[in-house]
Amino acid sequence: MAKKEYAFYPGCSSQRGASASNYLTSVNAMCKTLDVKITEIPDWNCCSASIGYAEGGELPRHVLNARNFALAEKHMPGQDIVATCAACWLGARESKERLEHSSVLLQDTQEALKEAGLNIKAIPEVRHMVEVLIEDLGWNALAAPVKNPLEGLKFAGYVGCQTNRPFGISGENFENPMYLDKLIETVGGEAVPYDQKVTCCGGALAFSEPDKAQAQIKDIVESAYDHGAEMIVTPCPLCQANVEIYQGHINKKYGTKFRIPVLYYSQLMTVAYGGSAKEAGLDGQVIKAPKLEAIAGKK
Amino acid sequence: MSANAQMATKYKNNFLKEVEEQVEMGEWVKMCMQCGVCSGSCPTNFHPGWEHPPQEIFMMIRAGKREEVLTSPSMWMCTSCYNCIVRCPRKLPITHIMHGLANYAHRLGVAPKMQPTRSFAKLFWNNCVKTGRVNELKLSVGLYFKDGLSQGIRNGMAMKDVALGLLKAKRLNPFELFGGHKCKDQNGIHAMLKKARELEEKRKALKAAA
Repeated sequence: MAKKEYAFYPGCSSQRGASASNYLTSVNAMCKTLDVKITEIPDWNCCSASIGYAEGGELPRHVLNARNFALAEKHMPGQDIVATCAACWLGARESKERLEHSSVLLQDTQEALKEAGLNIKAIPEVRHMVEVLIEDLGWNALAAPVKNPLEGLKFAGYVGCQTNRPFGISGENFENPMYLDKLIETVGGEAVPYDQKVTCCGGALAFSEPDKAQAQIKDIVESAYDHGAEMIVTPCPLCQANVEIYQGHINKKYGTKFRIPVLYYSQLMTVAYGGSAKEAGLDGQVIKAPKLEAIAGKK
Repeated sequence: MSANAQMATKYKNNFLKEVEEQVEMGEWVKMCMQCGVCSGSCPTNFHPGWEHPPQEIFMMIRAGKREEVLTSPSMWMCTSCYNCIVRCPRKLPITHIMHGLANYAHRLGVAPKMQPTRSFAKLFWNNCVKTGRVNELKLSVGLYFKDGLSQGIRNGMAMKDVALGLLKAKRLNPFELFGGHKCKDQNGIHAMLKKARELEEKRKALKAAA
């Protein structure tokens, strides 16, 4: 039996062929090594992300998340929900908080859920994968499987917004959270201090107002370079995509020469645990990370 | 009478009351003490900045500037970074109030028509609830072609390199255009969301009638 079991909420971007599919690949490899069993919530739906507010409104948004709660509870009673996407985690956790706080919202939610043949008895805990790693497994357990430490590699731990605010990881500071730096160091890498660790990547505005978002992304990448980082690491699928894929556009606009790989913490861990480049989803980088690939090739 | 005129009439000159009753987290507005930390913490309040940053919006609500607030592009600048929430000394859920105001203005039909985040948000919601899961390719294509075919082709060309990079990395699947990922119980999802919308509108109407 696995050490820990969770009801898994992968989210839309982690699906096959979607923008964070390589995140899921590396999470699967990482969880296998750590003996963590994640079972997908059957027929889970989108959380509607942060941008869902405008058309969705309040109750429909919570009802979307509530459907996932009901499905998790029905099929995996007693298990915590774990999300890998920052927006999924934030949206679901926010809905849990609101529904537990307001009997009126909960009553309306139950009535709406009835239309889908579901109901809620107790809302499971909603966790981010990072919380599972730090709180349920602990730093020693995360360090134990390291076979190929990422020695000599310098990373900028880019925490971004939604795993940091408004909930954040317990015990961390909103302005300078340290957990990601600690994860980097746990697998043998060096976490460089830099000043854009919690700057917003623009979120959904990267689509609707690219100039605004790219100005923010430029600040983040520039600061990572200025402080000697060779790669950027993040726990959020939208941070990853936004900071990686627009570097070409930013170069054209600002005359910069950015080309810095942007990775997930789970990719670093998979490589350090002796996984292959494929298991770590390194083939999914738009900007390749040859220094990590070299380590992933080691036996 | 339009939905907007109806609400304006119902609440007469009390816009603060209207916001408190009709806008998500609107009851918090009166708690603002005008320190301005939210405006100084906002990542999009710099290039070039909001027409009315959150601090100003709160005072305008109290001053009854109904039309100026609801038709402003300001709230649509929010990236949902939550910086204002965690820094507000009075603990106002500012991000949610901005979302709530934007949603309210959108539903009343008075939000700025050409506001790009407004269009994108609508596109996103419709995309994700259609099958229960986001179809990233249809979402992007929908965004590029929202202003017609020729602009769509120009937008698509500008994004060609980004799309090719994702395609090579297998993070963009061209077959998503013909179906793609979806939930099994789409009917259940549609029925439950329809019900949720009805219930929400009923509650709001009751408050306005009281």
